[in-house]
Amino acid sequence: MLELKNVTFEVEVDSVKKRIVDDLSIKIDEGFVAITGPNGGGKSTVAKLISGLYTPTSGQIILDGEDITALSITEKARRGISFAFQQPVRFKGLTVMDLIKLAAGKEIGISEACAYLSEVGLCARDYIHRELNASLSGGELKRIEIAMIIARKTKLSLFDEPEAGIDLWSFSNLINVFENLRSVINGSIVIISHQERILNIADRIIVVADGKVTADGPKDEILPKILCNDQGICKVLTDKL
Amino acid sequence: MEKLQKHLLEKVADLHGVPEGAYNIRENGKSVDRKTSANIDIVTKTDVQGIDIIIKPNTKNESVHIPVVLSKSGLKESVYNDFHIGENCDVVIVAGCGIHNSGTDDSEHSGIHRFFLAENAKVKYVEKHYGEGDGNGKRIMNPTTEITMAANSYMEMETTQIKGVDSTVRKSSAKLAEGATLIIKEKLMTHGDQFAHTEFTVDMDGEDCRANVISRAVAKDRSRQTFLSRINGNNRCDGRTECDAIIMDDAFVSAIPEISANSTDASLVHEAAIGKIAGDQLNKLMTLGLSEKEAEEQIVAGFLK
Repeated sequence: MLELKNVTFEVEVDSVKKRIVDDLSIKIDEGFVAITGPNGGGKSTVAKLISGLYTPTSGQIILDGEDITALSITEKARRGISFAFQQPVRFKGLTVMDLIKLAAGKEIGISEACAYLSEVGLCARDYIHRELNASLSGGELKRIEIAMIIARKTKLSLFDEPEAGIDLWSFSNLINVFENLRSVINGSIVIISHQERILNIADRIIVVADGKVTADGPKDEILPKILCNDQGICKVLTDKL
Repeated sequence: MEKLQKHLLEKVADLHGVPEGAYNIRENGKSVDRKTSANIDIVTKTDVQGIDIIIKPNTKNESVHIPVVLSKSGLKESVYNDFHIGENCDVVIVAGCGIHNSGTDDSEHSGIHRFFLAENAKVKYVEKHYGEGDGNGKRIMNPTTEITMAANSYMEMETTQIKGVDSTVRKSSAKLAEGATLIIKEKLMTHGDQFAHTEFTVDMDGEDCRANVISRAVAKDRSRQTFLSRINGNNRCDGRTECDAIIMDDAFVSAIPEISANSTDASLVHEAAIGKIAGDQLNKLMTLGLSEKEAEEQIVAGFLK
């Protein structure tokens, strides 16, 4: 179980302190959790705090009873946290196979790598020896990013806006990928998303706005509220409508 | 053959024993083993140190290995090797130099390789430089490569120096006749206080010749690298040069691409980039459970693959 206790994260912009995450507390057990909320509300920052890319200004992050707040990215990864970036990283020279192997943490054969790639709708034969460079499209990189998380098989898998940068056609395939993810990944899945169709497959939805949790509950309870906008997901937009 | 020599041969020529096909093995200043084939002759030069490698026209799918190993500290030599490659050949040439210096004197090898490709000849040339040894004596290698390409010939040169060479000045030049294609791929890594200077000059003389000079380099510690790639487009031609370098620690890298067109039909492109390893690359690999050092190693190894 993952627990965020009174987590605050501040950055300094032009010597003015800005609070991105504000005294936020969440508990995440097994299952499929979606985090949603307006842009700039602090969702991605929460994912980066959990995975160690950022360190909280104050507060605690507890994983299975252990305080992991100050641990490095590597140590958090080794404790069982996986993080799919919103913008996948390109590597000159490293191939899809290299990265799947690194993710799996051991030597794996083509057939095993193929199994992970097929989970995200990619044919291994076409991709396994491709470099993760500019020759791959954003959608392809995104799928490979997800395949790496599947290969890691950790107890907590975080996905930061997996739908971002994916065309509509690829998106419907992606929904299938996440629907299947439950059966492939044992443990908690946390997806940051704006997409109704992704929110719809979650067990629980947490709404984060202005660095705070503004709503948290079962999907059937939260989703209708978001859709009729009474959570104030985007006040400016709703005012204009 | 002694164990040390065997080890050096493995490093520079991927050889685990006597190579197949024609070969000439040079050890501590002299040829120690040689084999020719019906199509490939190897002749010792009489005026200077070195050999002539003569490959008959139409020789296909044959290879020549000419590794050099130096294990005696303080040995300095200049070796002149000429390759005459006949019309319509399709051959692989593997050269390379390994220096093991555990003494206090500098060891130095200067290999001057000249290639003469006849019409339609096709050559893949692989060259590796490697140094090791715990002595204070420096390991110095200065390879010079001169390539003359007749009409429609093709050459691919892969030159690699990954470890242990203290100082190197690498000069390569080429002249291309019509329809000739030259591809050069350089991989270079320097560490400690090493120094490497690379210079490529390609004269694109013939109509519709093509050249692509690609360099990938990693500079670590306090090492210094300079890279100069000069392409002269003297006719309708397609010339490219690309230098991509990763800089680490307190290293220094300078990349100077120079393209000159003497013809309105010359199409020349250069790209050069120097930078440290991107933070998001390190972060990504660390989220897979690698330490920062392991992540760095993976990124560098991939980059130089």
